[in-house]
Amino acid sequence: MNPILVIAETRRGELREVTAGSIAAGNELKQASGERLIVAVVASDPDRFAPELRYEGIDEIVTVPTAYEHFEPHVAEAALESLIGELRPSVVILSHGADSLGYAAAVAARGGHGFGSDVTRVAWDGGPIVWREVYGGKLEAKLDFLGKETTIVLVRIGAFPPAAATDDTGAVRELATDLPAPRTEHLGFVEPKTDGVDITTADFLLSIGRGVGEQANVAWLEHLAERLGATISASRPVIDAGWIERSRGVGQSGKTVTPSIYLALGISGAGQHLAGIRGAGTIIAVNTDPTAPIFSIADYGVVADLFAVAAALERLTVEAPCEA
Amino acid sequence: MKIAVAVKQVGAFDDAPDLMPDAALVPSTSLRRTVNEWDLFALEAALELRDEHGAEVVAITVGDEEADEALRTCLAKGADRGVRVWADQMEPDPLTVARLLAEVLRGESPDLIFCGAQSSDAMHASTGTALAGLLDLSRVAVIKRLCYDVEANAVQADRELESGLVERVSVAAPALLTLQTGGNQPRHANLRAIKQAERQPLEVLGLGDIGLQADDLERAAGAHVRRLAPPDRSGRAEMIEGGPDEVAQKILEIVSSRLAP
Repeated sequence: MNPILVIAETRRGELREVTAGSIAAGNELKQASGERLIVAVVASDPDRFAPELRYEGIDEIVTVPTAYEHFEPHVAEAALESLIGELRPSVVILSHGADSLGYAAAVAARGGHGFGSDVTRVAWDGGPIVWREVYGGKLEAKLDFLGKETTIVLVRIGAFPPAAATDDTGAVRELATDLPAPRTEHLGFVEPKTDGVDITTADFLLSIGRGVGEQANVAWLEHLAERLGATISASRPVIDAGWIERSRGVGQSGKTVTPSIYLALGISGAGQHLAGIRGAGTIIAVNTDPTAPIFSIADYGVVADLFAVAAALERLTVEAPCEA
Repeated sequence: MKIAVAVKQVGAFDDAPDLMPDAALVPSTSLRRTVNEWDLFALEAALELRDEHGAEVVAITVGDEEADEALRTCLAKGADRGVRVWADQMEPDPLTVARLLAEVLRGESPDLIFCGAQSSDAMHASTGTALAGLLDLSRVAVIKRLCYDVEANAVQADRELESGLVERVSVAAPALLTLQTGGNQPRHANLRAIKQAERQPLEVLGLGDIGLQADDLERAAGAHVRRLAPPDRSGRAEMIEGGPDEVAQKILEIVSSRLAP
């Protein structure tokens, strides 16, 4: 018996939503393999999260108390090593997020485990099989982990719809283990700046990406957004370049947005960007590259130069002159 | 002080990939090669630290001869040395790459190791953290900015969490940091430096030079790629055809039908 182990994630005293996606991926593997599904919580006060883990499919909750309030990669690494040693899971599932990225690969490398990150689909064929995108989403790789007793899988945030809620919680037990001292010191959190604009409440977003090419083109597109009654937002490369203020950034590291209309101009659709727009009503994407991953999530797609389309939008929204 | 920067010569497709059915490897001839964007931010962070405090900056890569180009780019921008390690028939797997880097870096004993937070082609975002695990190094992953405290010999780093939240942490050297894009402005090399870098010898290592055998790499691999194929785009977008004016007209119709009056 080698269970499926899901690591629940917490931050600032709260269970993170990404946990429900990891549990959903765990449930797919549980059903395909017939193994049990165990969810582990590693935190300074893990018992308090157990009642919140009311998701279908959980057979058992294992709590690992730590002496340290915040996530710390070296403490998390040792806790995961203990969990793997104790539970001998066939698969360990975490989210492909900033915390997991600080320790999961270290555990895999040290333990000689199987490892796959940014995973979008899972299956079972005598052992886990996963799919993940490579080359900016232009190809998808199918991975197996033959010969590995344990495989650590980081699932892309948003790729698995959250597990269904239930009234029951699984049985809870504590795994007491000696954990090392932290090797990084938490100095504080820095809240994101808002700059007065909240793109998360906008009903119509005109969002621009790397395809805008240079800063000189941004003002014109801002003007177009204004003319269309849209709020301007941007993908990470535009934010990194400093062409648009950071508070207007969309994606995993920026904002998760839920407009009725998301008009994406020159955005190819990296996984971390798509994670931020899954809640949008209608997505219209304009990109010169017909293989851009954004077309896999968009409702409408246009393979064209964004400037040609933007110029046409501008012409069509010029106020008609009075009829004489 | 010595700072090692791990860099990767990545590949990108300009057009739709043209692969044999059941291919598990991309033919390198179909790729445009460049230095991984994230690694240029990692290199810049190292060079800025060197400019302020003095340090030797060593660029290290795992790759075939084509990866020499990445090292020369780093040298032209100001790295002091370039080291390349390569094994034929290795899996392009983050744990395997980390194992090779670990053996090279054991001999270098840097105070700090900087890595890009991810590569644009393999997109694992895991090589740096795997390397830190193998070297049992303190590490901070996915950071945006850092500053170095000489007296404490420690780095203060801003970790980039989800939704724009940042955690500020401090870590004592020796340590490994993986860097996100956007935290600095990677410098350009001048023509003279580019020419000098072309003549500078690179250190090229094989498996035997770092005390490894092919079996070690086979065991180190975290996964095997069984198949590469264009993703299934069924359920993809309804494509709007036509010239710019037709397309724009249709977009405006969709917008007005979806927005509440």
